[in-house]
Amino acid sequence: MPQVRFREPQIEMAHGAGGKASRRLVEGLFAPLLFSCSSEPLGDAAHLDFSGTRIAITTDSFVVKPLSFPGGSIGELAVNGTVNDLAVSGAKAEALVVTYVLEAGLPTPVLEAEVRAMGKAARDAGVTIAGGDTKVVEHGKADFMYITTTGIGRPLHAVRVDPRSVRSGDKVLLSGPIGDHGITILLARGELDLEADLRSDTRSVLPLVEAMTKAAGPGVRWMRDPTRGGVATSLNELARDCGLAIVLTEEQLPVRGAVRGACELLGLDPLHIANEGQFLAVVAPEYADAALNALNLCPGGEEARVIGQVCEQPAGAVLVTTLYGGSRIVDMLVGDPLPRIC
Amino acid sequence: MKFVDEFREPEVITKTAEEIRRLADPKRHYRIMEVCGGHTHAIYRFGLKDLLPSNIELIHGPGCPVCVLPMGRIDDGLEIAQQPDVIFAAFGDMMRVPGTQGSPLEHKARGMDVRIVYSPSDALKLAQSNPEKHVMFFAIGFETTAPSTALTLVRAKADSVHNFSVFCNHVTIIPAIRAILDSPDMRLDAFIGPGHVSTVIGCRPYEWIAVNEKKPVAVSGFEPLDILQSIVMVLRQLRKGEAKIENQYKRVVPWEGNRAALRAMAEVFELRPYFEWRGLGFISQSALRITDSYAEWDAEQRFQVAGVRVTDPKAAQCGEVLKGVLKPHQCKLFAKECTPEHPVGALMVSSEGSCAAYFNYEHRKTAMVSSIASVV
Repeated sequence: MPQVRFREPQIEMAHGAGGKASRRLVEGLFAPLLFSCSSEPLGDAAHLDFSGTRIAITTDSFVVKPLSFPGGSIGELAVNGTVNDLAVSGAKAEALVVTYVLEAGLPTPVLEAEVRAMGKAARDAGVTIAGGDTKVVEHGKADFMYITTTGIGRPLHAVRVDPRSVRSGDKVLLSGPIGDHGITILLARGELDLEADLRSDTRSVLPLVEAMTKAAGPGVRWMRDPTRGGVATSLNELARDCGLAIVLTEEQLPVRGAVRGACELLGLDPLHIANEGQFLAVVAPEYADAALNALNLCPGGEEARVIGQVCEQPAGAVLVTTLYGGSRIVDMLVGDPLPRIC
Repeated sequence: MKFVDEFREPEVITKTAEEIRRLADPKRHYRIMEVCGGHTHAIYRFGLKDLLPSNIELIHGPGCPVCVLPMGRIDDGLEIAQQPDVIFAAFGDMMRVPGTQGSPLEHKARGMDVRIVYSPSDALKLAQSNPEKHVMFFAIGFETTAPSTALTLVRAKADSVHNFSVFCNHVTIIPAIRAILDSPDMRLDAFIGPGHVSTVIGCRPYEWIAVNEKKPVAVSGFEPLDILQSIVMVLRQLRKGEAKIENQYKRVVPWEGNRAALRAMAEVFELRPYFEWRGLGFISQSALRITDSYAEWDAEQRFQVAGVRVTDPKAAQCGEVLKGVLKPHQCKLFAKECTPEHPVGALMVSSEGSCAAYFNYEHRKTAMVSSIASVV
């Protein structure tokens, strides 16, 4: 009988931030009690077999404040987030079902705007919205609205992602600039006296994943979309799951000037900031050039780069080599990034 | 000038690192203390230690205003905020610092009204927009942040904002440095002087370090080039047997300090006769309290605080790490019972804390050379 290993007395905000605390909750409480094979590495989607027919399925919920921000809104995130989880698990999203938890007092035009945004995002991503559910809770209990989407899809041909297949020497690819979404949200909250010309990067990454896997499918070992917790968290999870080290090269990391500037001012690391339109891929070295070329040629993938590689040591850790040949460890996020003061 | 890019320019950094190697006498072991926690973090973040020869040892100083606060002060502040209709407002840095009953964030999860503010004036605005509540600002920091607290109190008085108070934990840097130099455990050759404190107090207050203690000081900025240049400066002085105060951070630090800031502080604050520092014990004239003319805005005078002294857990060696006697990983609890997620002391969670810097950037680096060589 699997043991519950989660010992904390209450749930804190940190448990939802996507970093270490979240992992402890999932691995220590949910996995032992709910998953039949809780020793498997946890991926972005589950690939299930129904008498020879393989279906991928995933779910995600969206809690965003403010609802709408430069570059998008919660409606779009809700579609793209699930499409992307399926894409990086090696599957093409076909249909979504949607749950809306709405706060009493929510103005109808606000709801309508999000539903329109969702409809458009679904059409753009080529997914059908097959149905949904609605609940309404009292005023003050839902921050306007919470949305959950569950998506099913067809596994892409000849793509099998598994952290256990990662080897020393594999290359780490990133599809484009990081930090845009998280910083846009932080600034859109209006609590900081900071402005920047930034938009959320929310989009479906499926076209990029398809292009890359078509060119380099057999060499693609692992993919992930670095949402809450950022690239650092995703790569730390990989390093732990495969027992190897990931070494990134600082000057190869694509970061827009405005994101870099905001992070400098706030004492944040772009590697910890959420993204909604990017993905990471680990590719065998003999396929890395083909993978990168395919991405760069695909619209929206022009800024894809090789940002590092997999090494033997230090096992389980993620390192960044700095511009001067020094290096530093990049750890998983603990809780939410809290801007520095002094 | 793009200050960030130019002070991180790899070619110049490499040349400066070479200069350091040239200046360092291979027969000497140098112990240079960087006082300020911000410098500690910059050193780790940019991997600067990897650029220094092995006979230069950087010792981390007590310049972390959150780390040096005894746990009892956190408890006192949180106790005030337990009262109904009180909002606890503090910088983000304070949120995960442990008190005996948990950190401010943990209290927030249990229902306390805890808000992160980015400046004390935000806390005052919070009070003005919540007239039915009382906002208590938990003020921390060295002389860097004391002037903005002072100016906020001046504004609160001028605008008659009565639902606002400050729980003052501002401390001053010079007594901390003096305590380090007086400590029998320490043998130091030179100092990398705090950059941002000096924008307020200037460079004069350090002169006794050169004149009486005969140690060189270079007041430094926070970019990699700043820190390396400061090491060059003190090495040059040591080579010539000199000891003086130099200002490397000239673009920001005025030699005479900021008179307006010092005046604001003098208007609102006075020195406490003594204050307890974690690791350094009771130091006289080392912390600020609010003067009687601002008593109405002094949380300690408006509310009853237990003022209980809380000692650190016995196994924790926060004090020795703060003084620089131990490196973070030499504390018995480091990375075991004490991690950023379950911190025993503030050094592990504060963005100025040396344990946090070490944990986040350094401590799992093993077999580095072969990994890096194969990538680069």
